[in-house]
Amino acid sequence: MYKYDQYDQSIVDARVAEFRDQVERRLAGEITEDQFKPLRLQNGLYLQLHAYMLRVAIPYGTLNSKQMKMLAHIARKYDRDYGHFTTRQNIQYNWIQLDQTPDLLEELASVEMHAIQTSGNCIRNISSDQYAGAAADEVTDPRPWAELLRQWSTFHPEFAHLPRKFKFAVIASEEDRAAMRLHDIGIQLVRNDAGELGARFFVGGGMGRTPMIGPMVRDFVPADDLISYAEACLRVYNRYGRRDNKYKARIKILVHELGKDEYTRQVEEEFKHIKTLNLDPPKAELERITTFFQDPDYDLSASDDLDLSDPDFAIWVDQNVKTHKQSGYAIANISLKPIGGIPGDATSVQIDVMADLAKEYSFDELRVTHAQNIVLPHVKKSDLYTLWQKLDEAELATPNLDLISDMIACPGLDYCSLANARSIPVAQKIATRFADVGKQKELGELKLKISGCINACGHHHAGHIGILGVDRKGVENYQLSLGGSGAEDVSLAKITGPGFDEDGIVDAVEKATNVYLEQREGDERFVDTYRRVGMAPFKEALYD
Amino acid sequence: MKLLTGNDLKSGLVTWWTGKDWSINIEDAVDVGEEGEAILAAEEAARRVNSPYIIDGDEDSGTPRPAHIKDRVRALGPTVRPDLTLKPNDASAIDKVV
Repeated sequence: MYKYDQYDQSIVDARVAEFRDQVERRLAGEITEDQFKPLRLQNGLYLQLHAYMLRVAIPYGTLNSKQMKMLAHIARKYDRDYGHFTTRQNIQYNWIQLDQTPDLLEELASVEMHAIQTSGNCIRNISSDQYAGAAADEVTDPRPWAELLRQWSTFHPEFAHLPRKFKFAVIASEEDRAAMRLHDIGIQLVRNDAGELGARFFVGGGMGRTPMIGPMVRDFVPADDLISYAEACLRVYNRYGRRDNKYKARIKILVHELGKDEYTRQVEEEFKHIKTLNLDPPKAELERITTFFQDPDYDLSASDDLDLSDPDFAIWVDQNVKTHKQSGYAIANISLKPIGGIPGDATSVQIDVMADLAKEYSFDELRVTHAQNIVLPHVKKSDLYTLWQKLDEAELATPNLDLISDMIACPGLDYCSLANARSIPVAQKIATRFADVGKQKELGELKLKISGCINACGHHHAGHIGILGVDRKGVENYQLSLGGSGAEDVSLAKITGPGFDEDGIVDAVEKATNVYLEQREGDERFVDTYRRVGMAPFKEALYD
Repeated sequence: MKLLTGNDLKSGLVTWWTGKDWSINIEDAVDVGEEGEAILAAEEAARRVNSPYIIDGDEDSGTPRPAHIKDRVRALGPTVRPDLTLKPNDASAIDKVV
C-alpha cells in the first residue's frame, strides 16, 4: 500500500490547520455561510437533510487495517456509531458537528487520510478495481497509476475550478468491475502486441440526468504519456466545457456536442503541445510509487484444498469468494447488504471487525467496492472457514454478492438534501421479498440499483434492473428501468413505463424477475434475456 | 400555516423557529404567517442559523406538520433508523412522515 511521503503529509496537515481557522471564523460569525460553503465543501463537509455530512476519501478504495480502525473510531467518537460506504469507494458520516470537524480531520490525517476533493468542481477521488493486485485477469496492478493520478490531481491549480465535478476510474482487466465507462475519464491499462503497457482512454461517460457511455478516444496511450494525455483531455474540457448551465457542464455534454472525433482532434492537438512542455512526472516517481504495490509475502506452499462440508460456508464461498491470481489464496467479499439492512452501512463494531480480520487474514489490506461492499483481497484458502465464522458472528457473512439483494442504493430522501424519494426502504423491501438465498441464486447475477433522484448516485442507469425515485406532487413514485450494465458489457437501462408507489415497485421487480425465469434460455443472466427478448414481455407483465 | 426552518450552525441539526428562538423539536414551531421573510432576514443577518427557509405546513393533532415529505423527514429523522429519530424508537414517527 502507498505510504505518504513528507510532501503528502505536510499538505494534508496544512489543510487541516487552514480549515480549523476557517471553522473558527465561521463559528465566530466572521464569515457568512455563502463565504464558508465553498471552503467546507472543498474539505468534504456537506450540509445534508439532518446535519453536516462528511465524505472521507479512500483513494482507489484501498486502505489498511489501521485506517479502517480510524474510520470506526470516527464513527464512534464523532458520529452515531456507523458509517456509510459509497459508490465512489468512499465513506460518509451523517451526523458530524462543525466545531468537531477540525479535530476529526486531524485524527484522519494521522493515518494518512483526508476529505479533500470529495466535493466541488474538481477531480474527485480516483476509483479503481477492487480486486487490483489480486485479480488473475489484470495486465498490471492499476493502483500505481491511480496513485500517480491522485498525486497529479491533488491541489492541481489548473483543475481546481472545472466547469463541474470530474471522476476518473482506472482498471487493468477486460472485466470491468469499476463501471469505468460511466466515468468522466475511464482508463483501461492494456498491453499492445509488442507487450508494451499503455492505456485505452474513454472520455465523456457518466450517469446523472443525462447518462452516457464514454466513447474511446484513443486505443493506446503509451504508459509514459498517461498523465500528459489526461492533462490534454482536462484542458480541452476546462477551456470549452459549459459554465453557463450546471446541467450541461459535465464533460460528457462537451464530448457529445462536439462529437467524439472533434473532441479527440482537439485533445490530440493539445497533447502535442503539452509534450513540448515536459510536464510528465519523472519516471522515478512512478517507480517509487510502484514499490508500495508489490505482492505481499504469499505462502507459496499454500493449498488450494477447501473443505466445503458446512453447507452455509459452501454457499458463502460459492457466492462471495473469487479467484485469486496466487494459488492457495482467494479474494473474499464482505457483503454490506444484510437482508433488510441499509446498503453500504456498517457499525463501528463491524468496521473494527473487518479491520481486525484484514490484519489477521489479508496482509493488512481492505478494499471498498463501488457496489458498497468490502473486500479482503488476499486470504489464504485454509483461513477462509475461520474467516467466514468470524464474519458470521459480526453479521457480515451474507452470501449474496451480485445477487438481487446485493443492491446499490443511494442514501435517498432519508439523508440527502437533493433526493426526491427514499431509496433505502425500497431496497429493504425488495431484499426482504427475495430473502431466500435459494431463490436469489436461481435468479443468478442480477444487479439492481436504486437512486432517490435524477442525479443517479445509486447508478440506476447501469442496473440490470434500475429504480429511480421521483417526486410526483409530493408523493414518492418509482420508475422502473431494465437492461443497464456498468460492466464490460456496458449499457444504459430503459424505462419500462409509468412509475409505481413504494409497494408497487417491489411487486414490479418480482414480476420482471418472473418474466426472466419464464423466458430465459440456458445460462442466460437476467440482462441477457432482456437483451434477447426486448422490453415487450416485461411491459406486458407489468402493465397489462 | 408557514414554518421557518434551517440548520443549527454548530451541530447542523434541523431547527424550527419558535417565535423567539430556534428549537430542534417540530412541536415548538410556530406559524410565522406573513412575517416569515422578515424573521428570516433578521436571523440570517444574526448568523444564528444556516440556510433558513420558509415552508408550508398544517396542523396535525396540535403539532405543526410540514406539507412536503422532505421537510417531514427533516423534522423527524431518517425513516430507516428509528433509533435515530428525534424521539428515538417513536413507533408513530414513520406514520408522521409518509
